[in-house]
Amino acid sequence: MSLKDRLSELLNQGLEDLKSTSEQDELNELRVHLLGKKGPITKVLRGMKDLSPEERPVVGSFANEVRDRLQEAIDARKEEIDQKLLTVKLEKEKIDVTLPGKPAARGNAHVIQQIIDQIEDLFLGMGYQVLSGPEVEEDRYNFEMMNLPKDHPARDMQDTFYITKDILMRTQTSPMQARTMEKHDFSKGPLKMISPGVVYRRDTDDPTHSHQFHQVEGLVIDKHVTMADLKGTLELVAHELFGDRFDVRLRPSYFPFTEPSVEADITCFNCGGKGCAVCKHTGWIEVLGAGMVHPNVLKMAGVDSDIYGGFAFGLGPDRFAMLKYGVDDIRNFYLDDERFLNQFSMKG
Amino acid sequence: MKISYNWLKEYLDIDVPATELAEKIERSSVEVDSVTVPSDGLKKLVVGHIDSMEPHPESDHLNVCQVNVGEEELLQIVCGAPNVAVGQKVIVALPGSRIGGNVKIKRSKMRGIVSNGMICSLEEIGFSKSVVPKEWADGIYVLPNDAKNGDEIYDYLGMNDSLIDLDVTPNRGDMLSVYGTVHDVAAMYNLKENLDHPNLIEGKTAIGDELTVAADKEAAPIYKMRLVNNVKVGPSPLWLQIKLWNAGIRPINNVVDVTNYILMKYGQPMHAFDFGKVSGRKVEARFAKENETLTTLDGETHQLDPQDIVIADEKQPIGLAGVMGGLNSEIEDGTTTVALESAVFNSTIIRKTAQRHNLHTDASQHFERGVNHGGVEEALDAAAQMIHELAQGDVDQGMVIANDEKIADVVVKITLTRINHVLGTELTSTEVTHIFERLNFGVEMNDDEFTVSVPSRRWDIHIEADLIEEVARIYGYDNIPSTLPTGRMTIGTLTPKQRIIRNSRSTMEGLGLSQAISYALLNDEEAKLFSMKASLPTKLDWPMTVDHTTIRMNLISGLLKDIAYNNARKVEDVTLYEQGRVFYRTENQVRPDEEEHIAGAISGSLHSEAWNQHHTETDFYEVKGIVVEYIQSLGLNGEIDFEATTKYSDLHPGRAASISVHGHEVGFMGQVHPQIAKKFKIKPTYVFEINLQALIDMPKSDQQYDIISKYPAISRDIAILVDEEITHQQIVDLIQKRGGAFLNSVKLFDVYSGSHVPSGKRSLAYSLTFLDKEATLTDDTVNKAFEKVEVSLQKEFNVEIR
Repeated sequence: MSLKDRLSELLNQGLEDLKSTSEQDELNELRVHLLGKKGPITKVLRGMKDLSPEERPVVGSFANEVRDRLQEAIDARKEEIDQKLLTVKLEKEKIDVTLPGKPAARGNAHVIQQIIDQIEDLFLGMGYQVLSGPEVEEDRYNFEMMNLPKDHPARDMQDTFYITKDILMRTQTSPMQARTMEKHDFSKGPLKMISPGVVYRRDTDDPTHSHQFHQVEGLVIDKHVTMADLKGTLELVAHELFGDRFDVRLRPSYFPFTEPSVEADITCFNCGGKGCAVCKHTGWIEVLGAGMVHPNVLKMAGVDSDIYGGFAFGLGPDRFAMLKYGVDDIRNFYLDDERFLNQFSMKG
Repeated sequence: MKISYNWLKEYLDIDVPATELAEKIERSSVEVDSVTVPSDGLKKLVVGHIDSMEPHPESDHLNVCQVNVGEEELLQIVCGAPNVAVGQKVIVALPGSRIGGNVKIKRSKMRGIVSNGMICSLEEIGFSKSVVPKEWADGIYVLPNDAKNGDEIYDYLGMNDSLIDLDVTPNRGDMLSVYGTVHDVAAMYNLKENLDHPNLIEGKTAIGDELTVAADKEAAPIYKMRLVNNVKVGPSPLWLQIKLWNAGIRPINNVVDVTNYILMKYGQPMHAFDFGKVSGRKVEARFAKENETLTTLDGETHQLDPQDIVIADEKQPIGLAGVMGGLNSEIEDGTTTVALESAVFNSTIIRKTAQRHNLHTDASQHFERGVNHGGVEEALDAAAQMIHELAQGDVDQGMVIANDEKIADVVVKITLTRINHVLGTELTSTEVTHIFERLNFGVEMNDDEFTVSVPSRRWDIHIEADLIEEVARIYGYDNIPSTLPTGRMTIGTLTPKQRIIRNSRSTMEGLGLSQAISYALLNDEEAKLFSMKASLPTKLDWPMTVDHTTIRMNLISGLLKDIAYNNARKVEDVTLYEQGRVFYRTENQVRPDEEEHIAGAISGSLHSEAWNQHHTETDFYEVKGIVVEYIQSLGLNGEIDFEATTKYSDLHPGRAASISVHGHEVGFMGQVHPQIAKKFKIKPTYVFEINLQALIDMPKSDQQYDIISKYPAISRDIAILVDEEITHQQIVDLIQKRGGAFLNSVKLFDVYSGSHVPSGKRSLAYSLTFLDKEATLTDDTVNKAFEKVEVSLQKEFNVEIR
């Protein structure tokens, strides 16, 4: 048998043997057997020295080809076996993915804070500044400069925690109107601000009253700011916070620091405007108060009311949260029951 | 104020459904609280005539009545009312009817005798006890004789009327009357109002012969009086009683009822008193004297204040002006001479008097919100005329006047341009003129300018802005366009402070703490616990409860109260933070400084227990980890240091640390002292509080990219046995001092004290990492540095290297 025939035979035999290997060890043994230093191919190659110089390169290259083909076949087989083993291993590693995950600690913002942030972001986007003022306020800013002189009957409407005759816990965020107007340089541009914060009233805590709650004041003063601008702005707030499907209705109202004054109602959540107990059968729910800044307020803050004017509004995040989420007791916001707070962990 | 729709219709040709009118009023004028129809919910209540009656054989107070309800057969009804009598027309609740309080009436037997329904009192058909005339308070109501048997009773008693309850804002006192409402509704619907005016017939006697008056000008700028003689006091006619009870006022007699009717109709409070009981001939409105007392019509005796206005005769007060009359001059059945007072009293004084004596009446409410100065006299004439008509009185000629005012329209000028400029509308001069005309204001147009004459019945209008509001509400807010402010551009950004506060909150939340908002007003003791700074408390002058008297000087107390609330409800894992202000005050300050703080409190476990997570109580080091992570997130210059402290007496003395950044103390943390925890009734709790304002004010490091070394780092571990008194911080400081230029980090990886180490000692193990960013470190370099560390540790702290 010629060396070439011998190599052909080895190749065929080797390929045949490979087919029956199924274990890695077996395959390894076969590889060593076929391609190792003591293996048949090496042996054949050693016999090359007896060949004629013409035959030698032909057989040599054929031997290399045989070795390469065997190597390829072994590699392919190895890949197959590895794949099979991996499949078995993965099968064994299977877990119940429906078991609960390890609880991660995540805190969340207070629901009132979420509403305030939402309002802030809306107004920042419209070029408003966000300002904050003192919670312990002077009577002057809280009342007098808001067109509520000492004997004004509307002072009865908001019972006040006084510290001294002239110092009080602010009953509203409106004092920030006077404080900012006093400082604002109108030659540099219009005043557009909102001021969120905590306010206090001398109230007994019950499901609908809290001696501490929040307000967001808004104020825009420029040379030409209109009631239509106020209406558009309030509609935007209502739609941002409650959704586009809610209608907004403006009604005349009274605040000493605005004239005209309005209150804004939105469609009742509960009945969609048909009328129910929640909206006292009106189909509307009152959500905020607003108006065109009273000329006296402008004058007292040193702003020329013949040239400048604008609107102000005040809204209550507590009330918004109660309406939006159907919270039936305002005290929930200040007791910090974990079971309450954690209900508002969705960031949306 | 409840406005009767039927009464409105007497002056206005209007026929829209009551709810529609209510919506219109709400959109154009004042809020409407409710619209109610007294007959709503009632069923099968008819007029019956008691044909005959005999005592119930088994009862000493029941009567068996045979009642004609317009059917062929009489209805037998058992009645227990003391005033039931043959010949009366009564309210019969037929079998199957529904009376007040949603009660159903069925055929029944009373002590063996069949009763086919019920004869009703006013209260039983839904009348409030407070409006039922005294005459009918304890028995059934008797209808007029001409009531037709079998008719529904509602129209006889004014119960098919719609009552529109107005919630009047302080500026619209004019809406507290039927006439005021008529004027406004007329403007809304562009209707013409048909008001009636008094046509008084006076007698021959001149009033001046019998009565003189005086009044303080400040207290009563307008003060007028009439006198009616030969009055016959008796019940008012039913039409008048109906008007009163539908407005929520109890009918009393034909004099008092007239004054209440005039108040409802004109909005002018009117006081009537028995002139026969007055001492002397002079009546005066003056300030009360020291130590004067007055018993008012409700039977209460008041110690008067020199700032109260009283009506007085020559001897004593006979009424609390503008609030309530005195019992000593009350109109009674025998009264024959009635003095009628119509006045304007100072609204501030009346308000204070009503508050001082806790006596809020319809009259005081009207005076507080103002009355029409131009309507005082018409109301007085109308009242006198009614008393003449209803009680056959003779009205003296003329009136006596202590003070009076010249009444003139208020003239306000405004341009069309201004109106459109403020409202953002494009109204024409014709449209605006029409609106003023609908309001019945005088209006003249000159070029662009309107000259508007506002009658005295709208005393709330003085300035341009008031007229703009009138135009807006009558034009309709719905018709105003929706736009957004234009004009010069402004930039809306958060300030650095606001950004840091927002970031602080989201970092805390990322670290697992939920935001709490607790009460800032605490009790005295809670307010001053955990205080970082010596400060005087800021206290409320007149607190509502003892729980909320003082403004907080720390945030932790509020959080501990929150934890207590949770613990009491079996919620034991509580992880909260709060961002808010604390209020510090020095001796010379009245208004405290407000400082932004951030604080946290963790009780129980931070991580909730699960099948693959054991319950682990939080501890000092977990909370410390949170604090460090938080402060690091702010990117401040300098190191964060913790130092044991005992200056916070509300913290566990061995588990408390002050926190400093770059050498400045910014806060503290630790375990709540067990005694404090006990007081709050909470489980062991760890807390921290940081002066956030201080962190905001600190310089921030300019963050720069740090090259990641290409060269490998080399680590060396060292375990030492050291005296317990030596702190970790001391050791780390020393290692860092002696570790050479390439020492990159020192990490504690084991702490042990227990049976395997001598008492008073503990074993600490550190891993030191060396790194040269420029070149590969040699073992030799590292060994030298490490050796230096070992030697100094031995020398400085006498450690044993293990």
